[in-house]
Amino acid sequence: MADIDIPPSRKAASPFSSNTPLLAWSRRLLKSMLPPLVAVLVALFAGAVLLAVTGFNPLDIFTVMVSGVFQNVRSIAEMLLKATPLILIGVGLCVSFRCSIWNIGAEGQFYAGACAATFCGVNFAGLPPALHICLVLVAGTAAGALWAAIAGVLKVAFNASEIVTTIMLNYIAIFMTSYLVTGPLMEQGAAYPQSAKFAHAIWLPRIIPSTRLHIGILIAVALAVVAYVFLFRSSAGYAVRIVGINSHAARYAGISVSRSIVLAIAISGALAGLAGAVQIEGVTYRLYQDISPGYGFEAIAVALLANNNPIGAILSGILFATLDSGSELMQINAQVPQVLVFVIQGMVILSVVGFAALKFQSARPSE
Amino acid sequence: MEHILTLGFLATTIGATWRLATPIIFASIGEVVSERAGVLNIGLEGIMLIGAFVGFWTMYETGHLPLAFLAAVLSGVAAGLVFALFAITIKANQIIVGAAINLLGLGLTSFLFRTYLVHTGQGVRIAPAIDIPLLSGIPYFGAPLFKQNLLVYSTLLLPPIVGFLLYRTSFGLTLRAVGEHPKAVDVAGRSVALYRYGAVLIGSGLAGLGGGYLTLAHANQFVEGMTSGRGFIALAVVVFARWSPAGSFFVSLLFGMFYALQLQLQAEPSIHIPYQALQAMPYLATIVALLLVRNRMDAPATLGVPYRKA
Repeated sequence: MADIDIPPSRKAASPFSSNTPLLAWSRRLLKSMLPPLVAVLVALFAGAVLLAVTGFNPLDIFTVMVSGVFQNVRSIAEMLLKATPLILIGVGLCVSFRCSIWNIGAEGQFYAGACAATFCGVNFAGLPPALHICLVLVAGTAAGALWAAIAGVLKVAFNASEIVTTIMLNYIAIFMTSYLVTGPLMEQGAAYPQSAKFAHAIWLPRIIPSTRLHIGILIAVALAVVAYVFLFRSSAGYAVRIVGINSHAARYAGISVSRSIVLAIAISGALAGLAGAVQIEGVTYRLYQDISPGYGFEAIAVALLANNNPIGAILSGILFATLDSGSELMQINAQVPQVLVFVIQGMVILSVVGFAALKFQSARPSE
Repeated sequence: MEHILTLGFLATTIGATWRLATPIIFASIGEVVSERAGVLNIGLEGIMLIGAFVGFWTMYETGHLPLAFLAAVLSGVAAGLVFALFAITIKANQIIVGAAINLLGLGLTSFLFRTYLVHTGQGVRIAPAIDIPLLSGIPYFGAPLFKQNLLVYSTLLLPPIVGFLLYRTSFGLTLRAVGEHPKAVDVAGRSVALYRYGAVLIGSGLAGLGGGYLTLAHANQFVEGMTSGRGFIALAVVVFARWSPAGSFFVSLLFGMFYALQLQLQAEPSIHIPYQALQAMPYLATIVALLLVRNRMDAPATLGVPYRKA
């Protein structure tokens, strides 16, 4: 993305401005939220047109979606459960995309993390539960980071397009998962290809009684803040962003471009791998073949809608999770194929980049 | 194990290689045209899916094979037009627009398939194999190689045609100049955008045809996400072939061979490799291929960069 936004707090901090800082800050916040909101509306409109053309009533269906998702604490908890991997992966992709590294491989990194987490979860039964949980999460994070770092290293050492390598690594990770759950990690005597179930002691603790919502969502929000601080308040994050804007300038300024690239993609892989581990420890409790319904791809839209701002990714993750939860209800209650969300995701991305590019053009009339 | 090393196995593999390479040949040679004009279209995967779906749907409704192929090409062109509108006119980031086209292709085709065509279990009639007289009579190699459908044979004509277009016509010269030095073309009074549109539409039309091949000549069914990475592999083919149409033909054959070997070896009871390792072969090969061409000096100078008038 060409445009970088300076964090609102830094711009608004001037004590000499005529407005109070808070007012200016909130105005700026509104202004930065407007394009994504319009993008979402455009995408929803496109979805509505598709529904209408195929003989569904879009208003009825959107009503079913929204009222269903926000019906009660439990349905909201289910939605936040879906938001957890989206936020985790989306936050990581913000870092990678800020570096102009197009990691399309979060899906594979999620699988790599899930595999490593499962290996550690079904083994090492003698460990104290708290330590075992941490081991599983760390293993997932490390596996995701390593899987992504392959693409990063190939990029800096061989100039191999990370777009192609990350996509190929997706397929390889998914085949690897399929091999593991039909072979080495397969549950003994199981009828389906799946791993053994995790012991109850190492499930992630739940945070709202009588719902499935676990502490993963809190981890995701906390890491979003950490990623924001990294990107906008640390020198390594600064280097990542400068490399993303202009790698030649970064090189002349003495920034190690290679290190920034590998770091950025490894961070995004680490978060995707962590998302895989969290999903297994918090939701499925075991590994199976299609464990991700495409979180890694959906998170691309999450990051782009947030203008690659990790804090924004919390909101856009919740938005996309609402769409996902709603589309499940839509399929159950109105027989509308759930894959409609892919169309909406694609339209969101198109509108976001469309608006960003138009803004960029209108901002440089003097040239 | 011994019967793998026979002439029969070799001949079948070569025939299957050509057949499985065909969609990648179409998509990659189309992408060569597009990238030569400086436009990187990673939406190939989604465009192929759209071609596969629209071709299948047309065939299912009309039973008219040439019309179905035409529909596949035109749907590819239509998807390419959307891509071009965002990537060229609006000057949005080409990679992101391509990713969006992939999502839209997957979403739209799956949505429409589940809404209208999910009951089409019996499939459609596919392009018939054409027997080339004399050649198909060659022992061992005749039948696997020279009893193919028309599209497979047509891949032999595509590299010379596109090569002629790119290197021997003024259109091709200008198109390549647009990829190398768009400002020069602009100053000479030609429209950079127009040439880029032309290149993208040619490329996406061919990708649509490659997609149509999957449902109208390869399988007789549409399956959600059935391109399974062929569009992305075509992107890697273009790099490995150094943006040459003839090169893309041969590199696509190489990838076709990985698909063919994977299928052939899976059918061999005597081989004890996990089938997932075999399935992963074409994708692993793609990564290895990218490593072998670490010198990327041949890439069009402005690949992926929108042109802005100064």
